[in-house]
Amino acid sequence: MRTLLAVAGAVAALFLTIAMLGTAGWTRPPMAQQQTGFRGTAMDVIETKANKAAKIEANQAPAPADPAEPGGEKASAVYENVKVLGDLSADNFNRLMASMTEWVAPEQGCTYCHNTENMADDSLYQKRVARRMLQMVQHINSTWKENHVHEAGVTCYTCHRGQPVPKNIWFENPGPNAGHGVIPRNNGQNVASPQVGLTSLPYGVYAAFYAHKNTPEDAIRVNATSALPETKGKPIQDAEKTFAIMISMAQSLGVNCTYCHNTRSVADWSTSTPNRVAAWHGIRMVRDLNEDYMLPLSSTLPPNRHGPMGDVPKMNCATCHNGANKPLNGAHVVEAYPELAGPVASADMPAGVPVQPATAPAAAPDPAMPAPAPKP
Amino acid sequence: MAYYQNIITQVQVRPIEPEHGVPVAVDARWGTPFHSYLMGLIGNAQVGPIYIGYLGALSFACGLIAFEIIGLNMWASVNWDPIQFVRQLPWLALEPPRPQYGLRILPPLNEGGWWLIAGFFLTASILLWWVRLYRRAAALGLGKHVPWAFASAIWLYLVLGFIRPIMMGSWSEAVPFGIFPHLDWTAAFSLRYGNLFYNPFHMLSIVFLYGSTLLFAMHGGTILAVSRYGGEREIDQIVDRGTATERAALFWRWTMGFNATMESVHRWAWWFAVLTTLTGGIGILLTGTVVDNWYLWAVKHGVAPSYPQVYGPIVDPSSVAPSVHP
Repeated sequence: MRTLLAVAGAVAALFLTIAMLGTAGWTRPPMAQQQTGFRGTAMDVIETKANKAAKIEANQAPAPADPAEPGGEKASAVYENVKVLGDLSADNFNRLMASMTEWVAPEQGCTYCHNTENMADDSLYQKRVARRMLQMVQHINSTWKENHVHEAGVTCYTCHRGQPVPKNIWFENPGPNAGHGVIPRNNGQNVASPQVGLTSLPYGVYAAFYAHKNTPEDAIRVNATSALPETKGKPIQDAEKTFAIMISMAQSLGVNCTYCHNTRSVADWSTSTPNRVAAWHGIRMVRDLNEDYMLPLSSTLPPNRHGPMGDVPKMNCATCHNGANKPLNGAHVVEAYPELAGPVASADMPAGVPVQPATAPAAAPDPAMPAPAPKP
Repeated sequence: MAYYQNIITQVQVRPIEPEHGVPVAVDARWGTPFHSYLMGLIGNAQVGPIYIGYLGALSFACGLIAFEIIGLNMWASVNWDPIQFVRQLPWLALEPPRPQYGLRILPPLNEGGWWLIAGFFLTASILLWWVRLYRRAAALGLGKHVPWAFASAIWLYLVLGFIRPIMMGSWSEAVPFGIFPHLDWTAAFSLRYGNLFYNPFHMLSIVFLYGSTLLFAMHGGTILAVSRYGGEREIDQIVDRGTATERAALFWRWTMGFNATMESVHRWAWWFAVLTTLTGGIGILLTGTVVDNWYLWAVKHGVAPSYPQVYGPIVDPSSVAPSVHP
């Protein structure tokens, strides 16, 4: 009995040790620290040097294409149906088209968006989405330059990274009820959710905080602004949502709380870092882009691009940041493409877009569309 | 040497006639006592007889009902999938009612009604168990130290799930039943009320909690160290001071100039343990009801220091450019 117990105990301990060593995702020194606040406040961003190097390596900006010959005819004069980039020279226009192919659809090539029989044809939804996305890039680089993207700017590659659909997008989460007869309730939380750091905190926070421009200014703010209770405060459930969205932001940027906050009082602006101001504007930018640029694509995108709730793919911090506190390591990607720096050529959806019902993505091409003039 | 350092009891006492203890007026013990090697490794080798009584039976039944309600609600929240139930178990929870129901006695079952029912039965179970403890202590002619220590823990439990929610006017202020969810709730609670570390009763609670572990390490270590002289029979040693007690006392008087006595060390330990949950409960009770932001409270009363500005002045952007929506 005693021997058997000893053996059983030793075997259990061995297996637990192996499991612990093998599954816990250990990291090891050396560490890379970046102090973000006054000494003694524990304001540091801490990660392993290996992780930091891997992150820099994974976020390299691609080399810009060789500049086009200056001058020449305008793209709008050479090609048909150029709605956003018509003011570019035809050479520069072609340069951008080639870069966009590299950024977004390097494997699929031009045919991902274009009908090669008729390059002006708008029948493919990808082309109509791309046109809207061009406007969005101009909008980001102009309207949000001062407060968020600064000189770095964005290109298609900032989010797409050589993929037609960016890696980090979000849909509304249907919760646990999908497709079942019972109506359980989990309060929109209490499952292991990767977007909130595998905590049990609410997982539907993107829809709550990132979808609409008219989100109340204090939606994320849950702290009382006075020491003693003066008004009815917010419930703890709201604090859980705020906690969840903050975890998501930290993960998206590869940082921790103290990158922006002095965590002894997360609400206090005067003890925060300037990064928090940038993040505040970033949240507004995400809401702006989701509402004005992504949601209107609802009827343009085919159903297979929609989420389980039939909603369009939407963006969050990780869509651009991809785990780096500065996307593409802060490279000034827009400098080589001044045509993407904005302002937006036309704020509305380009005219002439064939609006199609979401159920019929493969509509017939417009027969009235003439073939583009061949480039001499 | 290793003999005295082992966590497992090395010598098991197995009397031919099982120990029945002192005779008491009402003796409703149940079961035939037996000896267990496994139990003997960590405590007394004799198991039973156990006193159940109607309080014990009721307490167990109420606890089982609460356990079942919580477990079935957790299982339902993963669509009755047994694999997900096991995988996600630490994440699953039974949440209190949503804020809009306030203090309604019974909101819809899946909107918090089940939480109230489970809470009722769990509380009934705990309170019945307390009465049982008290009555058994009285029957044996003991002091009531154990039930009153348990009452201190019940105080914290009731503050978190009953008294404070009532004072705040909403069951939604209470804690969810769940492993990770109650921990995430705790973190969110601290964030909501401006950092609980600035709550002085939280500070006291931590002092007593960590103090308890220190006292336990000192006392446990001391007694094990003199068990080679019979020091583990510490109750005997209080009245019949042998070499073990003398050496234990001398050790501390030598090393820190002062020693607790065989009796007073237990007084220290009991008060530290009891005060952990007593002060903790006061701290929770004051949060949201009397103080809404502990950090601002600490600034107001000179508790939180101020640090030099590292950056230029950082101002709330919503106060500078209200509602810029390009």
